[in-house]
Amino acid sequence: MSDQFQGIEPMVYQSQINVPYSWWAGDTATRFFVTLRDEKKITATKCGDCGKVLLPPRKICPRCFTENMEWVNVSDEGTLLTFAVARRPFAAIPADKKVPVIWGLIQLDGADTALLHYLDGVRPEEVSIGMRVRAVYAEARKGTIRDISHFKPVK
Amino acid sequence: MAKRVAIVGTGQTFHKSHRPDVNGQELIHEAVARALSDADLKLKDIDAIVIGNMDHFEGINYVDCWSVDGSGGTMKPIIKLTTGGTTGCTVAIGGYHLVASGMFDRVLIIGWEKNSESDTTGAITTAFDPIWDRLVFAGAISGLAAEAQAYMARYGATDRDGARVSVRDRKHAMNNPHAQLRKEVSLEEVLASPMLADPIHLLDVCPRSDGACAVIMASEEVAEKICPTPDWIWGTAARHSYSYLGDADYGRLTSMREGSQELWKKAGIKEPRKELDVIEMYQPYSFGGLIWIEDMGLVGPGEAPRYIWDGNTDMGGELPINPSGGVISCNPIGATGLIRCAEAAMQVMGKAEGRQVPDVNFAFSSGFGGCWWTDMILHGKKKPA
Repeated sequence: MSDQFQGIEPMVYQSQINVPYSWWAGDTATRFFVTLRDEKKITATKCGDCGKVLLPPRKICPRCFTENMEWVNVSDEGTLLTFAVARRPFAAIPADKKVPVIWGLIQLDGADTALLHYLDGVRPEEVSIGMRVRAVYAEARKGTIRDISHFKPVK
Repeated sequence: MAKRVAIVGTGQTFHKSHRPDVNGQELIHEAVARALSDADLKLKDIDAIVIGNMDHFEGINYVDCWSVDGSGGTMKPIIKLTTGGTTGCTVAIGGYHLVASGMFDRVLIIGWEKNSESDTTGAITTAFDPIWDRLVFAGAISGLAAEAQAYMARYGATDRDGARVSVRDRKHAMNNPHAQLRKEVSLEEVLASPMLADPIHLLDVCPRSDGACAVIMASEEVAEKICPTPDWIWGTAARHSYSYLGDADYGRLTSMREGSQELWKKAGIKEPRKELDVIEMYQPYSFGGLIWIEDMGLVGPGEAPRYIWDGNTDMGGELPINPSGGVISCNPIGATGLIRCAEAAMQVMGKAEGRQVPDVNFAFSSGFGGCWWTDMILHGKKKPA
């Protein structure tokens, strides 16, 4: 510890800001989460102008700026585009996850964008870009992105 | 030399207390799509985007990036401006600067808020100094109450005078389908509504709203091609102060006085009361409608109550104020200042429908925020010299 505070008495006020939030998902995201929770299906929206299939689903195509979107089902299998491994715990990692924690960006078959999620059931040294993975659904589903428990390698 | 700049299109949502059917990006998109439609432009015509809100109301700190699905900002120059309650007016002034600089011909300006997503007072508290003011902070309404108390003590005004302003704005809101609260109230109902902080009753103050607004500004080279009767920006002024809550002159809005004097000087206006045709003021509570029009120089100190009681600021009066119903009828905070700007522009462009004031030459719009800040814009039908 340095001696930079020697001889002075700095007043420091410990505090925290309490701002509770209620973020409305909106009708589009709600439809995705209800389908995921009740039917264990992963859905996306396809732009009628450019044909891109967007996941998370969008009400508006960000490139074409149109609401000409239709719902499509995408596969719960896909390809790992890239990944990261956390070796040390930090606050953003949910309490039920133990390090090492692996995150992957997964492009599901039928989608043009990737989904961020956890990889599990695999050791970090076994993970490789391009590997095929499949969604494992949570037993108790509450309508959140963690209704997908994680992705695991396709054997 | 700055280029002349005009507003060529506006759009806004139908503001409500809650919009559970859309997320923030989708809410923003509604206003942007309406503004593009109003100007008959496509997203590809937009050269740059300015967006703003108050970060803590939604807990999203990089709104400029996060909102691109709704703003149309994907792979375009986009910046965020945020100055608390004044944000909506600040984004308009920022957009004006971008076009006036000559670097961008068509700029899309967006203000938005989903006040339903957080605790308003909790979020507002984060705007104040953590060492001196926050530990003894009494909330936003109490700050306004302190201003009203000081004004009443100085000039002998009463809570009936404040209530008269609320009656006016709530009546005007009946003409505006975009306003959240559309219910006429009587003077007695205002005075009988619950006391929040003396002398402010519930019906003297604004609600919390979800809403978005978008405005398109264009340079003098293209403005009249887009819109035959655009709303020309004659001047803007911004005055921000605040180190600590005790620094302000309670009972007078110094920022309004100094900023408006700058505007009148820029435009050569000698008698604002006679030369302005309509005002859309960021007036979140009724007593501001008394105090601040004196600071604008419309009437002398202490003369506002008489001027208001005589009906001069009602629709059909000498100088109608808040034909939209104003902030008391609707307050999606980050959008609110820009809604004032859009409403003033609509008045100049003759697009204000059921709330149109006839023959508007000059219109004034403002933003108000945090600790006695004021931003403002002078709008005009004629092209500035």
